Amino acid sequence: MTPSDIRNVIIDILSDISPDSDLSALDDSVALREQLELDSMDFLDIVMELKKRYRVSIPEEDYKELASMDSTVAYLSQKMVNVGV
Amino acid sequence: MIRSAKTELPESQRIVITGIGLTAPNGDSYSDFRHSLLEGRSGVSEYEIRYFGKTLAGICKFDVTRHQARKDARRGTRAGSIGIYCANEAIRDSGLDWANQDLSSVGVYVGVTEHGNVETENEVYELKGYDYDTSFWSHHHNPRTVANNPAGEIALNLKITGPHYTIGAACAAGNAGIIQGLQMLRLGECDVALSGGVSESIHTFGIFAGFASQGALATHTDPTKASRPFDTNRTGIVVAEGGCLYVLERLSDAKLRGAKIYGEIAGYAMNTDATDFVLPNPQRQAECMNLALSRAGLIAEQIDIVSTHATGTPSGDILECEALREVFGQSEKTFFNNGKSFIGHSMGAAGALELAGNLPAFDDGVCHATINVDDLDPACHLAGLVQNQPREIGGVRYILNNSFGMLGINSVVIIQRI
Repeated sequence: MTPSDIRNVIIDILSDISPDSDLSALDDSVALREQLELDSMDFLDIVMELKKRYRVSIPEEDYKELASMDSTVAYLSQKMVNVGV
Repeated sequence: MIRSAKTELPESQRIVITGIGLTAPNGDSYSDFRHSLLEGRSGVSEYEIRYFGKTLAGICKFDVTRHQARKDARRGTRAGSIGIYCANEAIRDSGLDWANQDLSSVGVYVGVTEHGNVETENEVYELKGYDYDTSFWSHHHNPRTVANNPAGEIALNLKITGPHYTIGAACAAGNAGIIQGLQMLRLGECDVALSGGVSESIHTFGIFAGFASQGALATHTDPTKASRPFDTNRTGIVVAEGGCLYVLERLSDAKLRGAKIYGEIAGYAMNTDATDFVLPNPQRQAECMNLALSRAGLIAEQIDIVSTHATGTPSGDILECEALREVFGQSEKTFFNNGKSFIGHSMGAAGALELAGNLPAFDDGVCHATINVDDLDPACHLAGLVQNQPREIGGVRYILNNSFGMLGINSVVIIQRI
């Protein structure tokens, strides 16, 4: 997957988790928590959905990499390089 | 001598209903539900659920997002959503100044028949798609399935910081929730009690399969005819979802704020058969009704309407009728009806919902019917059974509400017009 594909995946997951949020105005460089009403259970939803959809496992020590869209895409670009769209 | 024990209590110990919020398969408000009952409108329809297949059920159609964000509905449970809808509607109906309410003085007491089966079945079903690798098991499972979940979701939604919990009481749970609220108000544990019951049971295949295996699940070519307590051709239970929560307050507080008062809880009782897992004991049921009457300072002849528990099972209806004849056999003024004949059995919500279906009789003097009695089972004969069409019975002062459940749990609530 390209970084753009991965961003689309995250947006799709976020739209499920937080269906009333406006994701079109998301600033990729700013922490997701500062822009959306997300708590720790929501971040676990992101982790679980990536695991279910793409069999991507994210160890707990790497959860901090999911802070912003930019950091998430950068982190996942390494792990999902061989994952098809 | 006929007397009312309640009038001897100080107003701070007399508990009244000041708000009602409900959802039923044939109405999402107190007035719509009553209208359907008087019109003879069933809420039962065709339904299909995984593994079990096609069956019948009472399905609620309330707007979840009216009082709950979609994000919270996704995270929570169906029982929680039902509870949130009912709680918000009840508070709105009560006229309480919620913005200035001390939320630490509000208690949430929600009766449930069971909780967690829906979520557990869903997770196991999902897990099958991952070859039962439990690392795919949802982190939402535990908060969804803890027994206090439906009450806790209400507290979260309304920012209530007083006590919240559920009362597990099989199909006696709706009454049990009301009784718990009354007791907590009398003890001073809260100033406002949100009390009643909810059920999301139609979303678990297990309840349908269990009743079918037990030979107690209703079938009929016409869904609206499937729930037919007291009829010779009854075949069992129609499972329904629903909810009904009351705002309960002390009479002194209700008067102080000029609240609309639907009625006073004049008496109540709970007891146990201690005889069988599923088969009711009419003697214990009669004892429960008599205890409630005694606590209310009433005799059976003073009760205008009895809302029966009857679920449409061959033996359960007969046994309740035995108990009713023992308690009310001498009463010429008592009428009997049944809410499940319209919507099916809404389990933990049933007792609370069926009471709400009868409370308007205080104003309109009409006893709604039990429908689908095409051929009355002689073993279910009750002199005052209101069959198929509502009946004008004049001034209604007392309503007795029966709600019984598995493991021999019995509950009775008596409401008095004031």
